[in-house]
Amino acid sequence: MSNETNRRDFLGYSFAAVAAVGGAASLVGMKQAWDPLPSVLAGGFTKVELGELKPGKPVTVTWRGKPIFLLKKTAEMGENTRDLIIGSDRFTVAIGLCTHLGCIPAWKKDTWKCACHGGEFNPSGQQVFGPPPRPLDLPPFAVNGTAITLGEEGPEYKKIAAAMMA
Amino acid sequence: MAKFEKANSVGEWLDQRLNTTALNKVMMTEYWIPKDINFLWAMGVLLATTFGILIISGIFLMMYYKPDIGLAFDSVNYTIMQEVAFGWLFRHMHGVAASVVFLVIYIHMFTGIYYGSYKQGREMIWISGMLLFMTFSAAGFSGYMLPWGQMSYWAAMVITNLFGGVPVIGDALVVWIRGDFNVADATLTRFFMLHVFLLPITIMGIIGVHFYTLRIPHVNNQSSDEFDYDEEAEKYLAGNKKESKVIPFWPVFISKDLAVLGIFLIFYFYLVFFHYNFAMDPVNFDPADNMVTPAHIYPEWYFLWSYEVLRGFFFDIAGFKAFDIGLIAFAFANGIFLVLPWLDRDPKILPAHKRPVFFIWFWILMVDLIVLTVYGKLPPTGTNAWVGFFAAVAFIVLFLVLPIVTKIDAKKRGDA
Repeated sequence: MSNETNRRDFLGYSFAAVAAVGGAASLVGMKQAWDPLPSVLAGGFTKVELGELKPGKPVTVTWRGKPIFLLKKTAEMGENTRDLIIGSDRFTVAIGLCTHLGCIPAWKKDTWKCACHGGEFNPSGQQVFGPPPRPLDLPPFAVNGTAITLGEEGPEYKKIAAAMMA
Repeated sequence: MAKFEKANSVGEWLDQRLNTTALNKVMMTEYWIPKDINFLWAMGVLLATTFGILIISGIFLMMYYKPDIGLAFDSVNYTIMQEVAFGWLFRHMHGVAASVVFLVIYIHMFTGIYYGSYKQGREMIWISGMLLFMTFSAAGFSGYMLPWGQMSYWAAMVITNLFGGVPVIGDALVVWIRGDFNVADATLTRFFMLHVFLLPITIMGIIGVHFYTLRIPHVNNQSSDEFDYDEEAEKYLAGNKKESKVIPFWPVFISKDLAVLGIFLIFYFYLVFFHYNFAMDPVNFDPADNMVTPAHIYPEWYFLWSYEVLRGFFFDIAGFKAFDIGLIAFAFANGIFLVLPWLDRDPKILPAHKRPVFFIWFWILMVDLIVLTVYGKLPPTGTNAWVGFFAAVAFIVLFLVLPIVTKIDAKKRGDA
């Protein structure tokens, strides 16, 4: 092999190394360009007062553009490991999107029923009928008195999330 | 620089610089087409024309469309439909063409399957064609989202949610694709970019590849007859036009294509002017609302069959979640056509009516796809859910038995 060939090989390898570093760096940049913007991330917190809820009457609030179901449970609705207990009250806090394909179930008497594919969830957010593979998801929250801040991971949230995993 | 003689005409001037005479021969007057082909082979020209209509009507729509969640709905339903001169026409042409292009793609695809045009030597034509189908699907979906109506919004919601089924990174992937925790402004603007720039330019590139792949093994014919193109072309050029099995694309074959195109365009404009509603879901005339889901959501007709495969599995089987089985079946349905050339184990290229078992297989597939399409639109409750389940299972089984089916035919003929 002549010297000329070696020199060209070296140039080729050098170019490949520079191009690989540049290519990898651009991919990282492109990936991050599609990440949620800082303003979107900063807007991801919602404070809700739970003390004003009436037992058995769920309300829906918006958090990160998603519906959040908040329900103060009545005694007949039973207890569940995912209940948020504040004082003597039990609450269901859940992301109001069917865990099947993401439609919003509607409250009918004492169940959340999804019109899209017939999924049903009980007042504790557990799937009782149809295709949903798991209970309604738990949004992260932190408790301050009788209010909760959605988007923050407080100790109460961590406990319930751990109980749901088990 | 090469030496140039003084040109005596514009044509000669261009020929010296661009070699237009040779180009014209290769692309048009000496691009050989078999004589033995029917109107189903005109679908390529129909698709090219429909794609052209989509590009041109799209350009006119893009000049008034506003990719912003606060403005998108009104820019389409008020500005374009009411204010812009002929805006309604461009919208209906675009909407109807987006629907009809899939009808023609399906005819094109199943013609290929019927006549075995995906086999031995034509695999790359088939693969590039399937890639075109996939990019067209992505373009159709991203465009469906832009008017920001209720159906647009929830279609985007469901389709982006599907990526949540990817193991481990699913949830993060959905947020990344949307650019927000929810389908929101960032989602709309990036889908706008995909729809008006990246996907069309990708489609154009793949169309180029698709045409190029065709030129080497040449187009198949009705009897799947294999012959020497060079020999037949020589006969034609020597004046034995009757004996030759081929004709030039231009100006001879194109006349047939254009006749079929004429009939197609009459049908297309009939839809545009009198039945544009079939491509406009009434639910999409409600502005998008992220807090209310429409009672029954379904995709456009051309995605119904794969949508039904997705939701056909509505109960858990052997410890596997119905949701995961559905997703896997959906991925299977969308990927399996790509490997069709290798599922067909018949060593000969023959039309389906000369392969008795394959012929039955082909028509069962057609019926199954129609059943899936019809039930994909119906609410998935009671009997409907079961019909959907069995049709989805039948779809998968059909492709699993294809290697056996094609082998049986070959054996019966004594070819294997």
